[in-house]
Amino acid sequence: MATETTAAEGSSLVFHPMDQFIVKPLFGDGAIAWYTPTNVTLWLFLAIAAIFALLVLSTSKRAIVPTRMQSVAELAYGFIYKMLEDICGKEGVKYFPYVMTLFMFIVCANFLGMLPMSFTTTSHFAVTIPLALAVFLTVTVLGFVKNGASFLGLFWVSSAPLALRPVLAIIELISYFVRPVSHSIRLAGNVMAGHAVIKVFAGFAAIAVISPVSVLAITAMYGLEVLVSFIQAYVFTILTCVYLKDALHPSH
Amino acid sequence: MATEPLAKEVAGTCVDSYGSAIGMPQLCFDWFPNQIFWLVITLVVIFLVLSRVALPRIAAILAERQGTITNDLAAAEDLKAKAVEAEEAYNKALADARAEAQRIAAEARAEIQSGLDDAIAKADAQIAAKAAESEKAIADIRAGALESIQVVAKDTAAELVTALGGEADAKTIDSAVDAQTKG
Repeated sequence: MATETTAAEGSSLVFHPMDQFIVKPLFGDGAIAWYTPTNVTLWLFLAIAAIFALLVLSTSKRAIVPTRMQSVAELAYGFIYKMLEDICGKEGVKYFPYVMTLFMFIVCANFLGMLPMSFTTTSHFAVTIPLALAVFLTVTVLGFVKNGASFLGLFWVSSAPLALRPVLAIIELISYFVRPVSHSIRLAGNVMAGHAVIKVFAGFAAIAVISPVSVLAITAMYGLEVLVSFIQAYVFTILTCVYLKDALHPSH
Repeated sequence: MATEPLAKEVAGTCVDSYGSAIGMPQLCFDWFPNQIFWLVITLVVIFLVLSRVALPRIAAILAERQGTITNDLAAAEDLKAKAVEAEEAYNKALADARAEAQRIAAEARAEIQSGLDDAIAKADAQIAAKAAESEKAIADIRAGALESIQVVAKDTAAELVTALGGEADAKTIDSAVDAQTKG
């Protein structure tokens, strides 16, 4: 990022906070085609493995009195199920596997990204934009399939004074189309910023005088990032639920 | 962080010759197809794993636990009702037994009382009979004794009269003794 400027200051203090997000081929140094297995592939598959271990292996005994891991799986299940049911009602429960997939993927990818030397897949817009677009398209298609043209009533605020309604309709329309943007950038931005800040602090650790402060700061940031990892997954999921509710019950 | 120069020409627009990122790697569109491709595969795999295996299994576990808890609670309720019933039956049996015992005791007491009364009456009658018999015997003995006394007195009087040199007149002695003993 700032290689030229930092290189001039001296080789001991080099910041490359964004290098951790570089996509590299897993095997060899070739160009990255769409099918090349890369570090993205590795960490995405590790997320699959983590989800498999958490939700499938831990419940393999089907214990009435759960083990610790099974409790975690049941808690995650109950957490998302209740969230979906609270927001979307009984009709929303149908989409539970979809919402659960999103939540489990994001939360596992975020936490795997907290491992040192790991690659954080959810810090990339290439990952979060498809996720958000998928939610946006699902909600839009579902809204029209379920409600027909009355889905457009979402933009026509019938409780507002008649004169205000066209203005509100424009605002609602804009906010509707901004949804996937904010939805994706919020997640990637939060994760990327935290990781970059940790890297910057790590760069300062090369200076002996500052390094204790730097290590403390990294520790504090790490704690904050662990929180952010969960909260961003939670926020992404709850917004998905809210958007789904709009598709199922478009009236305000 | 690769600091040694790699001089890679393949790096393209996203990575410089030192292997460092140029700008934000997030905005390197060369990598987008690759990331999206693997993301789609990942999401499909996760979705299949969750919807086919994990979620039905967890739902089954939760339902089973709920069922077990409900059944156990119902069973506990049942057992509690049974316990209350058993206690009532026990109390009733106890009360019955107590009443029966009281009845038997009262009966026994009455029986004993009547037996006692009978025995007392019989004994009284026997005592009365014995007493009458004894009185009669005493009277007999007394009469016998009186007669014997008169005979002995008469004999003694006759002997005394004879010993004093008189003539023992039987009639006189008899009347004298009679007069003496009657008084």
